[in-house]
Amino acid sequence: MKRIAIGIVALLGISLISMRSRPRLAAAALQPVETPAQRGKAIYEQTCLPCHQADAGGVPGMTPPLRKSPYVQGAPVKLIGIILQGLNDGVEIDGDTYSNPMPPFGAVLNDEDIADVLSYLRGHFGNKAAPISKPQVSKIRQYYSQTIKQQS
Amino acid sequence: MNILNKMSFPTIIVMALISRPPETALKMPRGFHVQVVADALGTARHLAVSKQGLIYVKLGKLKGGKGIIVLEDKKETGFGDFIGTGMYIKGDYLYASSNTEVYRYRLNDRGEVIDTAHPERIITGLLDRHEHNSKSIVLDNNGNIYVNVGAYSNACQLQDRAKGSTGINPCPILDSAAGIWQFRADKKDQTYADGVHYATGLRNVVGLDWNQSLDQLFVMQHGRDQLFQLDPDLYTAKQSAELPAETMYALKKGDNAGWPYVYYDQFQKKKILAPEYGGNGHTTGGENAIDPIDAFPGHMAPDGLLFYTGNMFPERYRNGAFIAFHGSWNRAPEKQKGYFVVFQPFKNGKPDGNWEVFADNFAGSDDISSPSEALHRPCGLAQGPDGALYVSDDVKGTIYRITYNNN
Repeated sequence: MKRIAIGIVALLGISLISMRSRPRLAAAALQPVETPAQRGKAIYEQTCLPCHQADAGGVPGMTPPLRKSPYVQGAPVKLIGIILQGLNDGVEIDGDTYSNPMPPFGAVLNDEDIADVLSYLRGHFGNKAAPISKPQVSKIRQYYSQTIKQQS
Repeated sequence: MNILNKMSFPTIIVMALISRPPETALKMPRGFHVQVVADALGTARHLAVSKQGLIYVKLGKLKGGKGIIVLEDKKETGFGDFIGTGMYIKGDYLYASSNTEVYRYRLNDRGEVIDTAHPERIITGLLDRHEHNSKSIVLDNNGNIYVNVGAYSNACQLQDRAKGSTGINPCPILDSAAGIWQFRADKKDQTYADGVHYATGLRNVVGLDWNQSLDQLFVMQHGRDQLFQLDPDLYTAKQSAELPAETMYALKKGDNAGWPYVYYDQFQKKKILAPEYGGNGHTTGGENAIDPIDAFPGHMAPDGLLFYTGNMFPERYRNGAFIAFHGSWNRAPEKQKGYFVVFQPFKNGKPDGNWEVFADNFAGSDDISSPSEALHRPCGLAQGPDGALYVSDDVKGTIYRITYNNN
């Protein structure tokens, strides 16, 4: 009986760990010591790279670059909002326009994921801005969920 | 050069404005040569060459406040304060599109625009919701102009490009986009209500041409993106880098090419039901949709199409199709590809044999991970009065002139 209980606890533990680190980040999850920067990089490569590209150079005319980006280095409130809610405004940077929409990632990434990937971006690809914390993301997420509640 | 002698109008052939080889040496079949006619025009989208040899280039971003650049022997001038993609010459008119409108300018007998400040606006109010907003144009021989209106969506999901979001059925985008509209070329201020909804189910067309030997509209569709990112249970990253095909259609009035419900799988050679509409990568669909006449690898972005009718190139090129591929972005994390101009031989109005890379190395390297690494990306194609082929590049704005001389 005790063995079974330990087994269940172990299984729960494994499933909790895998939930936290998310199965789609399996490669990163294998690393014994996973820093927020490593997690941020893994999330970038899995989730952002297909459109924003390996060098964060974006796609001319379609997807904005994230390197030396006024958006990435700008106000955290706005940046977190874009990841949570998506963006379809036709971004303009330095007179160049970008036409493809960004879907919302609020349901795909949790608060820690978002904090890690944004902190990674703000410290890489020529960006120099302070990291973003999980509570900062939680606060913005809460704001949007309340706004949606009020609207509905 | 016999064709020139037969012409009754004065012929000016624009010579290279820049007397140096292109920065990235293009690779072409033996006997073909390239000159750089202009560079640094910026986002040079489509272009047209008058029968006198004047080159008109439509810009996607204003240069010195001008949206159309004219290249005439040793001289570069501009006019038009709107950005866009479409540029076409038919009869005595130059046609140009913004992302919502189409204008035409009267040409004089030297091929020059008579009044650059007062074009006639022939079409207005076309949809522009950012995504796939460029409007490509071509004319037939009966006074009609054809305009592409691209879908403001990838796969008509409830939430565009969001994982897990299902396709809307029926797709509401199809009423005013994702198709080709036909208008009269000589009527002012036409709107959707004045036009003919000529073909539907085309996600986004940028390259299109009127095939003179068949008297028929041909278009190149940009196939959908992100099969793996949106449905990783059904597609691998590698499959998603190759699928679906970029497709060529020979259109008739009323045709439906099937988007968003199906995509074309060039390996299975079938129209496959899109995963957003219940597909699994194998189930076919689109029974009422037409099949493509030709298929190319995924995501290479065919932005220019031209059926060659000149006499300068060898006989096998006549009535065949040149296609300017802009090059991919949606192959990541695989290497990007397709920054080249392709030739597809035709026989009796049908593709004949395999397509071949005609002009390569626009990007300056075969090893491109991200499209912003490409030095040049082909976009528009035009044929000069002597049969030379012109290619525009919308990274730096280089205009290439490709000629043939076997000596």
